[in-house]
Amino acid sequence: MNEAAGVAAADVRPAPGAIRRRLSFRAVFGLTVLVCIGGAAVLAPQIAPWDPARQMLLKRLRPPMWEARGLREHPLGTDHLGRDILSRILYGGRISLGVGLSAVTLSCLIGVTLGLLAGFHGGRTDAFIMRVVDVFLAIPYILLAMGVVFALGPSLLNVILVMAMTRWVQFARIVRADVLSIREREFVSGARARGNRSTRLLLRHVLPNALTPIIVVATLELAFMIIYESALSFLGLGVQPPTPTWGWMLSDGRNYVATAWWLATFPGLAIMLTVLAVNLLGDWLRDTLDPRLTV
Amino acid sequence: MFPYLLRRLGQSVLVLLGVSVIVFGLLHLTGDPTRLLLPLEAREEDVRQLRALLGLDDPLWVQYVRFLSRAVRGDFGVSFKHQVPALTLIFQTLPATLELTAAGLALALVVAVPAGIVAALRRNSLIDAVCSVGVLLGQAMPVYWLGLLLILVFAVKLGWLPAAGRDGLASLVLPAFALGAFSMARIARMARSGMLEVLAQDYVRTARAVGVRTFLVTYKYALKNAAIPLVTIVGLEFGVLLGGAVITETIFAWPGVGRLAVDAIFSRDYPLVQAIVAMLATLFVLINLVMDMVYTYLDPRIVFVRSRR
Repeated sequence: MNEAAGVAAADVRPAPGAIRRRLSFRAVFGLTVLVCIGGAAVLAPQIAPWDPARQMLLKRLRPPMWEARGLREHPLGTDHLGRDILSRILYGGRISLGVGLSAVTLSCLIGVTLGLLAGFHGGRTDAFIMRVVDVFLAIPYILLAMGVVFALGPSLLNVILVMAMTRWVQFARIVRADVLSIREREFVSGARARGNRSTRLLLRHVLPNALTPIIVVATLELAFMIIYESALSFLGLGVQPPTPTWGWMLSDGRNYVATAWWLATFPGLAIMLTVLAVNLLGDWLRDTLDPRLTV
Repeated sequence: MFPYLLRRLGQSVLVLLGVSVIVFGLLHLTGDPTRLLLPLEAREEDVRQLRALLGLDDPLWVQYVRFLSRAVRGDFGVSFKHQVPALTLIFQTLPATLELTAAGLALALVVAVPAGIVAALRRNSLIDAVCSVGVLLGQAMPVYWLGLLLILVFAVKLGWLPAAGRDGLASLVLPAFALGAFSMARIARMARSGMLEVLAQDYVRTARAVGVRTFLVTYKYALKNAAIPLVTIVGLEFGVLLGGAVITETIFAWPGVGRLAVDAIFSRDYPLVQAIVAMLATLFVLINLVMDMVYTYLDPRIVFVRSRR
């Protein structure tokens, strides 16, 4: 539809020294935060102080430990069922990152394949695939996802499938655009002249040259998927309880906004930090690998 | 110009056809629509009645053609829950959603465009740094969390603005800001990089060299050209906002289409869900069609580049 649309244009190439230092600071910050959050999620069973599902009704709605009624054994407080918020956030990270990574991988596979086919074959294949892309861009993806998940049942697998099915277009568009120019390059006609078949041509000669934008889009999409997953959870159609997810915690906290601010604040902070870190990394990748890329 | 517009119109029709297939498929996802439409404990007789009523025993393509021919006439069936034609419900709630999206988009543009331009003109200054931190936070903050924080601070703690409902201008402020924040960040980023790019162009340098005043160079020469990509973004952003409205409306109890849709999904009111998805998609396609026309008007080169493909 809007073929000329990029989501954010790349910066004009910065003056060498000054900005490169700032960029790498951002990247290091993003990477550090991401490693910490990822590590905490992986090690949650080892480092979480409590079982995330354990309800201690005598200690309901305790504030974080630095507040007057706070308890030292619950650093970030407890929720309305007396469950430890820190432990739930640690465990919730497993879902957020796990689902996000799986959904990105799947949508990348679908989008890259279709984008390669569209860009490489051109003509009717291209026209057809691009119209399908337009269809998916036009449909409000959150509503589609909710409708599908509700119909099929909110299991972990369904959530991942739906997220991938509604986001693959991002990959397809960028890969197609890239392949359109790559296929005109000499090494491709050379490889074709040597008698390579289409599949080999695509996988050995075209795909490796389109890898940069794929990596960048995958990173930025990961950030998006994390928000997406928690949005579905928030609306009640994500991975189901008792598995703790950041979105569910926010949704629970919503009813206590007036009386217990920490319920919604900390899981939200976890989402924001994760997304921020992934975005920083993605921006840096884009600026370093291909400054002219508009993703 | 004209052949391009005609082709573009044809594409839009194709896209809407595609949308209709998906919307139709939504009901048939589980194989048997009655299982989706009726509660699990429904009696066998009710199931049979519904099957006959909806013509579910016909071949799938017959059902699709029937669905499409009705949909084109605006007939998406009657909402199970409200017992009113689905389209009527949408038209009742659409104004509230459009009001919210327009306010969100307007707020985003009013803040983001000047911010982006100033950041580009004063590159690497304190303002630029503040803007880029704002952009990073705006892009990382999920709308439902931002909404809750806004309610916490401005409605609960300070008591300045209402936390929910649609009652006058004051009630629009928080939801519009929550909804617009993400777009604000993206538009500011676009405006900044677009402006930087234009400022580095030869004609800007030439204008400066021959002594055109800085003010004129910035606002007449540079800004006009930097605005072109923004027009497309506004079209796409509108779609993002319509999607975001689903969540924003849920948080702020805003009586719009989004909340209606969430409600419809949970009450198995799939005719209504289908109608809403179809209408929002149509709206998105139309807006982008208009935006593309504006775009070709602003930048005539587009037609050539596009029709060559």
